Amino acid sequence: MSRAFTAKIITANDLLAGDVIYLTADDQWSRHHAEAELIEDEAHAQLRLLDAARAKSAVGAYLADARKGQNGPEPVHFREAFRMRGPSNYAHGKQVEPDHV
Amino acid sequence: MYNYTDFDAHFVRARTAQFAAQVERRISGALTEDEFKPFRLMNGVYLQLHAYMLRVAIPYGTINPRQMRALAQIADTYDKGYGHFTTRQNIQFNWPKLTDIPAILSDLADVGMHAIQTSGNTIRNVTADHFAGAAADEIEDPRPVAELLRQWSTDHPEFQFLPRKFKIAITGAPNDRAVTRAHDIGLRMVRNAAGAPGFEVIVGGGLGRTPIIGATVRDFLPKADLLPYVEAVLSVYNMLGRRDNKYKARIKITLHETGKEELSRLIEARFVELRAQFGGNDQALLAQIEAAFSAPDLRRADTAAYGAFYKADPVFRSWADTNLAAHRDPDYRIVTISLKKHGDTPGDATSAQMRLIADLSERFGHSEIRISHEQNVILPHVHLSDLPGLHAALRGSGLETANVGLISDIIACPGMDYCALATARSIPVAQQIATRFEELKLEHDIGPLKIKISGCINACGHHHVGHIGILGLDRAGVENYQITLGGDGTETAVIGERAGPGFAYDEIVPAIERLIAAYLKQRENAAETFLQAYRRLGLGPFKAALYPDEGKRNAA
Repeated sequence: MSRAFTAKIITANDLLAGDVIYLTADDQWSRHHAEAELIEDEAHAQLRLLDAARAKSAVGAYLADARKGQNGPEPVHFREAFRMRGPSNYAHGKQVEPDHV
Repeated sequence: MYNYTDFDAHFVRARTAQFAAQVERRISGALTEDEFKPFRLMNGVYLQLHAYMLRVAIPYGTINPRQMRALAQIADTYDKGYGHFTTRQNIQFNWPKLTDIPAILSDLADVGMHAIQTSGNTIRNVTADHFAGAAADEIEDPRPVAELLRQWSTDHPEFQFLPRKFKIAITGAPNDRAVTRAHDIGLRMVRNAAGAPGFEVIVGGGLGRTPIIGATVRDFLPKADLLPYVEAVLSVYNMLGRRDNKYKARIKITLHETGKEELSRLIEARFVELRAQFGGNDQALLAQIEAAFSAPDLRRADTAAYGAFYKADPVFRSWADTNLAAHRDPDYRIVTISLKKHGDTPGDATSAQMRLIADLSERFGHSEIRISHEQNVILPHVHLSDLPGLHAALRGSGLETANVGLISDIIACPGMDYCALATARSIPVAQQIATRFEELKLEHDIGPLKIKISGCINACGHHHVGHIGILGLDRAGVENYQITLGGDGTETAVIGERAGPGFAYDEIVPAIERLIAAYLKQRENAAETFLQAYRRLGLGPFKAALYPDEGKRNAA
């Protein structure tokens, strides 16, 4: 038996800047993990991934595990937590962008 | 050093223009990512965790002050004011925008630099002994041969689509500072019985998921035969190398599956065919290149002041004791400028530091600069009388750390702070180890020790050949660090032995501390290094120090 589907978000990198972006429910690409669409159905996830792959401004879209949080989806794996924040050796990337949440 | 000919300059410009057009087509949507990716990789452009990354070659680790200033300018204009020097004598910019990369490549071309073949399944940047041209133990400067290999391998039509990437390292000295035994081809200069210089040719070394020390396929290859011989190795590999499985595609697997004897036979047979075709053109070119690498005119001056200063200033003395190496001229020293200030990121230099290095190389170092695979900067020719002035100029810049070859002189790959392939972080582990042993004020007492950290199994941080190697993995969604012991990257190369189960992120620094305490307790005297003690004692006492609870359990 296959494992039960766990909630996902769709994430990619921006074509021009290369920074981390998230697919929202209204088909926009957001810089904020919390604004991503939390996908709880496997078939819907596959469809949304096809949508994402068609987007011209996004590179390398994939499904990443996420869970429901107080302010929106939160990452499950540490890799996604680092992508959401930026590197740990300098205050660079999303952690210092003005509207970082 | 070698300066671009019109041919080189035109080639690099043409490639830059070609890539600029490819970027334009990618942005317009005319190229998909799948179509664009091979082009960007051929030009050193990766897409990492947080941004694009541009990897620029510093061929055989040699760079001049003008080029260093250009790197500083690029860091300020298009990046975040710093660059990261890597374990393959490249520099990486971690934050360029795709739209800016053509302009960066154009700025690089202005100073005779490029990012060609710093990625992809091609012959990569040829690395060399970072003391080349200066070392006291050197037979000959290996860089003219390295430059010949660079020219030959650049855009070589037969070797643009190899089964996998291909790395060549070269050293002109019997003491191997270029890790030649862990490269696809390692070239180590030796003399034959008649005293003529040639190369020991080592094939099929490599780290990564299958670490293998290379096999010597020729004990002595005359220098004049080098290029046809290297081409023969590539030609055989190109034919036999496995394209069906990425993880079995490196020449080390070809060596393993074909056997040294048969592989040597094929190489020798191909060599006979190729040698005839070269017709001496390679030697004519090499002679031209050699002229470009003529040694600087070393100056003669009184050295007494150095000795007096050394006695009088303990800070200078500490730096001189660790950061200087023997030069072929007894009045000169090779200076290693540490990019490993305690708590800083190994291999990172700010634009201000790059400019200072450029200035100091002009003031004190005959305008020569090298980058080491150990992620430090070398001024290869500094007169004894200039050392106090150089050290004074470094103080306060973050470049004066006296730790070369010590526990805080750690090699670390970018790890999961930047790299899309990483499975765990390596930079903060390096930072914490360095900071901890600085607090303990122990590192000079511990003595020579190489810690090397990789954030994934691909082993960019050379952990297998670290005296202490640390490999960061993802174990069930948590960072976990495996320790290997007893590795050695020199002419006595050995792959380290795995000590046992891994450690959590917050357990790794205490584990290293226990390991060092065990070494200090068990060493015969202060002159016995960690590696020597490990070789004498074996894994046992170090394993007991790493896993104290296991001993208790067994005793119970």
